[in-house]
Amino acid sequence: MSMRELTFAQAIREALDEELARDEKIVLFGEDIGAWGGVFRTTEGLYEKYGPERVIDTPLSEEGYVGMAVGIAMTGMHPVPEIMFGDFITLAMDQIVNQAAKMRYMTGGQVAVPITIRATMGGGRSSGAQHSQSWHAWFAHVPGLKVVVPSTPYDAKGLLKTALRDPNPVLFFEDKVMYHKIKGPVPEEEYLIPFGVADIKREGSDVTIVALSRMVHTALAAAEQLAQEGISAEVIDPRTLTPLDEETLIQSVCKTGGAVIVDEGYQRFGVTAELAAVIAKGAFDYLDAPIERVAAMDVPIPFSPPLEFATIPDEERIIQAVHRVLEGRRPQ
Amino acid sequence: MSDFKTLPVEPNLLIEMYRRMLTIRFFEEAIFDVYRKGWMPGLAHLSDGQEATPVGVCMALRPDDTITSTHRGHGHIIAKGGQVEPMMAEVMGKVTGYCRGKGGEMHIADVSLGILGANGIVGGGLGIATGSAFTAKREGKGRVSVAFFGDGAVNQGLWYETANIAVLWKLPLIYVCENNQYTEFTYWKNLTAGEGLVARAQAMGMPGIEVDGNDVVAVYQAARQLVEAARRGEGPATLVCYTIRYGGHHVGDPGTAYRTKEEMDEWRKKDSIQRCERLLVESGIFSPQDIETTRSEIEARIQNAVQKARQDPFPPVEEVSEHVYA
Repeated sequence: MSMRELTFAQAIREALDEELARDEKIVLFGEDIGAWGGVFRTTEGLYEKYGPERVIDTPLSEEGYVGMAVGIAMTGMHPVPEIMFGDFITLAMDQIVNQAAKMRYMTGGQVAVPITIRATMGGGRSSGAQHSQSWHAWFAHVPGLKVVVPSTPYDAKGLLKTALRDPNPVLFFEDKVMYHKIKGPVPEEEYLIPFGVADIKREGSDVTIVALSRMVHTALAAAEQLAQEGISAEVIDPRTLTPLDEETLIQSVCKTGGAVIVDEGYQRFGVTAELAAVIAKGAFDYLDAPIERVAAMDVPIPFSPPLEFATIPDEERIIQAVHRVLEGRRPQ
Repeated sequence: MSDFKTLPVEPNLLIEMYRRMLTIRFFEEAIFDVYRKGWMPGLAHLSDGQEATPVGVCMALRPDDTITSTHRGHGHIIAKGGQVEPMMAEVMGKVTGYCRGKGGEMHIADVSLGILGANGIVGGGLGIATGSAFTAKREGKGRVSVAFFGDGAVNQGLWYETANIAVLWKLPLIYVCENNQYTEFTYWKNLTAGEGLVARAQAMGMPGIEVDGNDVVAVYQAARQLVEAARRGEGPATLVCYTIRYGGHHVGDPGTAYRTKEEMDEWRKKDSIQRCERLLVESGIFSPQDIETTRSEIEARIQNAVQKARQDPFPPVEEVSEHVYA
């Protein structure tokens, strides 16, 4: 396979480009995604290539265009509404939770609702409390939705192409901090990544760090530092929350005996809580210490950098959590 | 009232309108009976009194046109061609229901008939209807989309968001507001500023018509005018039909605490079915005997549907996890 390096944003743009070319039923909607190319440049050039009929600028009406997407999907197309800042997804909540997620079930299987909702997540840009949040956990709580949280350009492209062929509503969360900062190898050849398959981003034997989206990179940096202390950390990225690859998480913890779970969403009732429950049940006999969780502080996200960075998981908090796990081990 | 010489619709069309209105009336009355006898779980939202609106609109539609419906949706389903047997089974939660018992009386759908679901969220179907109109325009076959909603939905933000988009993109979408006077338990004018939905539509550059929603011919004519314009690519329109529900908000509400007897008596004088029967008889299409025969036939079909649905099985519990994902 020939490889080149793409940024996270370029990988997403390429997935959209290839799928728009493959399937004329795919239509993109969003605010300034067309002529402007998207505020994060993830749709750059697509308007020129596919035209205003397929790459469509919408009014600032998240409920309206996401709701419209439900009807477009029910009548045989595959709409891809974009939520510029994931925080704005609250405006479309009824259409996602009460309409898209349930239409198939409520009709006894009469319809499929193939929608791919792309939304951003992630703080650390001093964007304030309404442009920095990570709401992926909410949607993993809702039956009928699938939730994708990629961490690398390779994963983003392969998972987005899978989403654009899935007959269900998929929430695809892109950490905006990664768009232009994270680069990685992406093959020229076409590939897809199935949902529900976790990826071991780094193998290790002493402790399992489960992380998703941008936190995978933070966890990998922490693992590198831990290696210098002689601690071998395994880093696992579930890649999709629904469906969830429970088996890979459990097997890793059975091997290492300890788990630290990292997420940029809020800790309380969040992704880290659910994954901890999965691991606690599946690897109960192998756990040598309580599971540690490292997630966003349960406060609105502040503006001032020292305050904001105090709320977001970083390498140091992950390393401290690993130390607590290792110190908490029962004597052999 | 039109006489025979100026009968504004084909006799066969008027007969079909009458049959569908009667089917709605008797279906709703049967559900009330089913509810009182404890043969259905939950509550039901009945639309008897409002029959002329869904029938007048749907008779102006083609089979491939789509509709979205509301929590008070049985009339829309029947008007668009839905069958009373799987409807009654769905109301009773049986596996033979339209949605295999998963939807219930508030969520009946038959997608093969272009019925994209009844919706339990007030105004919640407006997005679906707009999306269907988007696809219709893309297909270019002249198909239109109709959104049924009530007087309460005009104060939901989704109406404005989708109406704005529909006007901008000239989507073939007809907004049909069934104003049955009461948003749940409150008179609509106490909840709605301004001159009503047509004025609001016009402010967005969308034509609108107000019509007597108990006059099936008037509704049909208005709907047909708007539907044909939408088919020609002239964009969306709004149709407001003023009507009344005879029952309460749901079967557990007698509807008497917030409406006077005098008010309801006045509405009963404008009963859509009696007016249609008078039109049929006065224009010589039906004899009084034809009226009786039709009523008996439709009543018998509904009662058979009730008896059949009672005997049908509930869904097996194993089906509870099916249809979550495609």
